[in-house]
Amino acid sequence: MSDDPGDDDGPSFEERLKAARRRQGLDTPPRSPGMETGGLGQSPWGIGLRVGIELVSALVVAVAIGYGLSLLFGARPIFLAVFVLLGGAAGVLNVWRVFAPKQDERRRPPGP
Amino acid sequence: MAAQGSSIDALGQFQLHTALGPLGAAVNFTQSNLCMVAAGVLTLGLLWVGMRPRAMVPGRMQSAAEMAYEVVYSMCVDTIGPEGRAFFPFVFTLFFFILFGNLLGVWPYDFTFTSHIVVTLALTMVVFIMSTWVGLRIHGLHWFSYFVPQGVPKPLLPLLVPIEMLSYVSRIISLSVRLFANMMAGHVMLEVFGAFVVMLGTAGVIFWIPSGLAFAVNVALIGFEILVATLQAYVFAILTCIYLHDAVHLH
Repeated sequence: MSDDPGDDDGPSFEERLKAARRRQGLDTPPRSPGMETGGLGQSPWGIGLRVGIELVSALVVAVAIGYGLSLLFGARPIFLAVFVLLGGAAGVLNVWRVFAPKQDERRRPPGP
Repeated sequence: MAAQGSSIDALGQFQLHTALGPLGAAVNFTQSNLCMVAAGVLTLGLLWVGMRPRAMVPGRMQSAAEMAYEVVYSMCVDTIGPEGRAFFPFVFTLFFFILFGNLLGVWPYDFTFTSHIVVTLALTMVVFIMSTWVGLRIHGLHWFSYFVPQGVPKPLLPLLVPIEMLSYVSRIISLSVRLFANMMAGHVMLEVFGAFVVMLGTAGVIFWIPSGLAFAVNVALIGFEILVATLQAYVFAILTCIYLHDAVHLH
């Protein structure tokens, strides 16, 4: 079987093979690289769980840091108060990053 | 074991006990560790047995092994980019360790080691430390510009940079809790409905129909669990890839 591109008439074997594969649906179309969520949790349950985890995880980290700093520096839980707010914001940022419309590929969405 | 007396002991299944008799007891080798070893051995077995024929036209096992390789490979390259080839062995190991761990857990009498947050947190810490280290190695101190969002007025930066940092660190929690919560919730549901079957089935003849319904739910749940087991392993692997992408490319 000759598969050199300079075959006498018509398209080469590679091209004919590719065309045949495409006709039969064997070649999957190239996927877009911007699949951030990668089919994660398309069901309502999955989306809900994902949003909840994203929101809460940032808050958990922030409360842990704020609590630790408040213990370290004095009696008033001022760090805890500040970090709870920051953690809430970070949680919303996480959720935004998951569901942000992909206006340009692979770039993080500009800030609010 | 599920229904003790009149209460449902849904969490008893997650208790660790030593395996392999006195030898395991001497070194605290638990059934969780045994399942981890089994997951590793099964992965190696799939690849070794599958690739032994080295046939031009692959058989069933060889197709499975080749598909496993190709899926993870394309996931790495598609998500991370050409640099993803360097991380392919890591992601492959991680994916199959979690996948076989999850799937073994659906098997009766087996233990799901991914239903313990210690395990998932340890796996997540590996991913987190590695992606941070990769970012620092590639970009040096410039890596910290990852925390500075683009197109933001300067006065807002003192507020936004801590938020970005918290968001970055919260990956540890979100990645580990997602896997742990999915696996634990599924197995608690299985246990609860399994207990319903036993409790209703032994309560009297008129309860046989609800007992059968609970059994049907359990059958459906097993199928659902297999889906969740595969999906969560995939999610863990692809999120690892996305984090590595962020480390390699910054944004």
